[in-house]
Amino acid sequence: MRIGVITFPGSLDDVDAARAVRLAGAEPVPLWHGEHDLKDVDAVVLPGGFSYGDYLRAGAIAARSPLVQDVVAAARTGLPVLGICNGFQVLCEAGLLPGALTRNSHLHFRNRDQGLLVERADTAWTSSYAQGQTIVVPVKNGEGRYVAADADLDRLEGEGRVVVRYVGGNPNGSSRDIAGVTSADGRVVGLMPHPEHAVEELTGPSTDGLGFFVSVLQSAVAA
Amino acid sequence: MPVVVVDVVLKQEISDPQGQAVLGALGRLGHSGVRSVRQGKHFVLDVEGEPDEAELRQIAETLLANPVIEDVELHLPTD
Repeated sequence: MRIGVITFPGSLDDVDAARAVRLAGAEPVPLWHGEHDLKDVDAVVLPGGFSYGDYLRAGAIAARSPLVQDVVAAARTGLPVLGICNGFQVLCEAGLLPGALTRNSHLHFRNRDQGLLVERADTAWTSSYAQGQTIVVPVKNGEGRYVAADADLDRLEGEGRVVVRYVGGNPNGSSRDIAGVTSADGRVVGLMPHPEHAVEELTGPSTDGLGFFVSVLQSAVAA
Repeated sequence: MPVVVVDVVLKQEISDPQGQAVLGALGRLGHSGVRSVRQGKHFVLDVEGEPDEAELRQIAETLLANPVIEDVELHLPTD
C-alpha cells in the first residue's frame, strides 16, 4: 500500500509521518503541495507544522494549494485522508471536515503527552483500536482549540463524528474536549494530537500512535 | 487606485482569548471603563480599475475570512 505524505512550505512533521507509515508496513510517497499529482496513492496524510507560516489563519493558504484541491476531490470518492495538527487545520479550512481550530484559550503553546479516548474505532484510520480505549500521544499546538457553532457540535455528537476526545485535561480549551473528528463516511479523519510521534519506544511516550497508520493499511486490505 | 477595506472579526459566540488578554491589560492600566475587546484583522486592498463588488465579496468571504468562525465586513470606496 502506498500512502502519500504532503509537504507544504513550513511543514515540520512530514518526515515523522513518512516514518510512521513505513513502520506500519506501508510505502510512504512524498507529495508536493504545488503539483496536481497524487501519484496514485491509496491514502494521504497531511502532516503537522506551520504551512505558509500560519499566515492569514492556520492552514488557510495551504487549503487552497493545487494538491489539496485534488485531495478534496479524491476524498469525496472515498480516498482515506488523515490530517494531523496543521493537517487537521488544513482539512477544516478546505471544508473536508467541519469546525475550525482557533487560538488556545490560555494563549500558550502547549506541548505534552496527552491522553485520548477513542470514541470511534470504525473509521479508516482508527479501526485497529477498540472503542473506549485510552491512548497516549504527544500534543503540541498554539491554535488547537476546536470550535463550531453549538448546533453544529450537537449535530456532530449526534452523528458520532467525534473520533478522539481529550482525557486527563483539555490542552487548549477545545469545545467538549474534542481532539479529532471524522467525515460522514469515516474516511477522512483530523486530529490535533500527533500519533506519528508515538510509534517507537525510543522517541515517543508510547507506541499508541502507530494504530492510525496500521488501521488504514487494514482497511485497504479488507476493501 | 481604489482602496477596498475588509474587516474580519471572530463571531460573537466564538470566545476571543486575545481580546480578553488585551482587556486584562487595560484593566491593569486603570482603564476600567472598557467593557470588552474583540480583536480582528484589517485588510487593505489596492484594486485595479472599478472594484467588482461580487468578486471582492467572494474574496472576503472565502479566503480573508473563515465563515465558520468569523464575520466579515467589506468597505468599498465611497467617492
